[in-house]
Amino acid sequence: MSKIILETRSLTKHYGGVHALEDANFTLLDGEHVAVVGDNGAGKSTFVRQITGVEQRTAGQIFFDGAEVNHGGPLEARESGIETVFQTLALADDLDVPSNLYLGREIIKFNLGPFSILDRKAMKARTLEALQKTAVKIPNVDNPIRNMSGGQRQCVAIARAAAFASKLIIMDEPTAALGVQETAQVENIIRGLKERGVPLILVSHNLRQVFDLVDRIVVFRRGRIVASLRSDETDGNDIVSYITGVKGNADAAVA
Amino acid sequence: MAKTDSGLGGLKYDPSKRARPPELNVFFALVGIVVIFEVLGRLIYGDSFLFNTRDNVDTLFNNQRLQVIILQVSIVGIIALGVTQVIITGGIDLSSGSIVGATAMITMSFAQTWLVNGNPNPKAIFGEAWMDLPVIVPVVVGLSCGMIAGLINGALIAYTRIPPFIATLGMMVSARGLSKWWSNGNPISFPTEGYAAIGKGLNPVLIFVGLAILFYCIMNYTKYGKHCYAIGSNEDAARMSGINVKNHKILVYAIAGTLAAAAAIVVSSKNLTAQAGMGVMYELDAIAMAVIGGISLQGGRGSILGTVLGALIFGVIISGFTFLKLDAFYQEMVKGVIIVGAVVLDQWRQQSRARGK
Repeated sequence: MSKIILETRSLTKHYGGVHALEDANFTLLDGEHVAVVGDNGAGKSTFVRQITGVEQRTAGQIFFDGAEVNHGGPLEARESGIETVFQTLALADDLDVPSNLYLGREIIKFNLGPFSILDRKAMKARTLEALQKTAVKIPNVDNPIRNMSGGQRQCVAIARAAAFASKLIIMDEPTAALGVQETAQVENIIRGLKERGVPLILVSHNLRQVFDLVDRIVVFRRGRIVASLRSDETDGNDIVSYITGVKGNADAAVA
Repeated sequence: MAKTDSGLGGLKYDPSKRARPPELNVFFALVGIVVIFEVLGRLIYGDSFLFNTRDNVDTLFNNQRLQVIILQVSIVGIIALGVTQVIITGGIDLSSGSIVGATAMITMSFAQTWLVNGNPNPKAIFGEAWMDLPVIVPVVVGLSCGMIAGLINGALIAYTRIPPFIATLGMMVSARGLSKWWSNGNPISFPTEGYAAIGKGLNPVLIFVGLAILFYCIMNYTKYGKHCYAIGSNEDAARMSGINVKNHKILVYAIAGTLAAAAAIVVSSKNLTAQAGMGVMYELDAIAMAVIGGISLQGGRGSILGTVLGALIFGVIISGFTFLKLDAFYQEMVKGVIIVGAVVLDQWRQQSRARGK
């Protein structure tokens, strides 16, 4: 449990003159669930985008699973074991659930290069298995996900991340657009991941949820990490003070 | 009691309430149009559109008419198979008609016979050494031309990120120019017997149906097909999922170009000649067939089966108007109405489904 799975050293990202992320030092232990909170524009999403390889960092180092990594794109990050649930879902609406789960890593029955024959039965069977673990309710997995509710779609996206037994899962505001019941469903999936010992970085605006779910809370403010607190040793007011800048000096970053 | 099938998390799922496949609607439209012509024919001329009314022939249906219906759409139908794949990925291909023209000219140059009735071929493009080549040569040359044109389309779209409409519009104009330049606008004629056999009789139908089945399977059972739908549905998601979107697009346009070339080979063989103006408007007819067949221009939705049905609707309309002895002008006017009508109906159907019926 004490092995460090992800570490960033002086991670920095500038968009032109905008310093979106400054000198972020962050560590995540194996099996640990950490929330990343902060105001809009505090650098949360920027931070996530550097780790998932969606963008290239300006400076700093990222160590993942014991080695320094330099992901050229989200695919490379995924291949090394970082699964991400993006804010924009990244699902194909016209495809059914198994196709979405296995998009880009289809099970092949017969290899013919791009015209390889798909093993649809195996993909469906394993999809049902993966979804059962998440306790998501979907009437028919053969329907295109266009016709599904936001919660069901989000669960498909999370199930996809969880199914591929990755070393790290990153969720960028997974419940931002969901109703009460659907949010509860997603939170249950996250608890399941905790039990399975899969480490997680959760970007969220919902402090109630954050306190419910994670071990540690990291606060971003103006592109810097201003606090890293164990969730059982702090409270909402404390976190809000850090988020709004009442507490914590941005220059004295705590890692 | 509703039958449960693969319902997850305790939800009941009733398969009988599954949304009707869109192809079924297109099929109903096809049947409806046939019925209209049948009724009109009986009312106006006392003749049947679909059934045999001749005493000297012993068949239930008017087989001759059925053959004509499918024969006259099979060449554009071959193009429509490629256009369907392009539209499913969210693109459009305006160049297929011009690719037909250019490919027909080039292909026919390699398919000529040297001696016509004992005299040297008056339309010869190359010298005697290039005449009477085995049929495989013009076929391979032709398919390669179409593939190269498609590769250029695809590479332009994938790497310069210009809209497919513009890239293929450029190809449409340039390829037409090439087909006129190739022989200074002169037709190229007198193919070898082997080449002429390709488009003889009902062969175009067989080629169309064979290719339709092949691409139906490819779109439904292979990674390529799945990725076509994924890219048309959500290109960013496809990219994030690790699909090489650029390469896939190039492949899709290359296949579309190759199919246009196949159509060029069939049409030039059938007509025993190639002309610079061949294939004009084919691209729009092919797009119309796909659209009538329920292929969404937004990408991600539709199937090869839909396009085949769309092609049949096209054929029925042309034959029906001829059968009713109406001018060809009316055909075009009505064709336009049907294209727009098909899209409007599809929109309504989408909206009503989104509202949960």
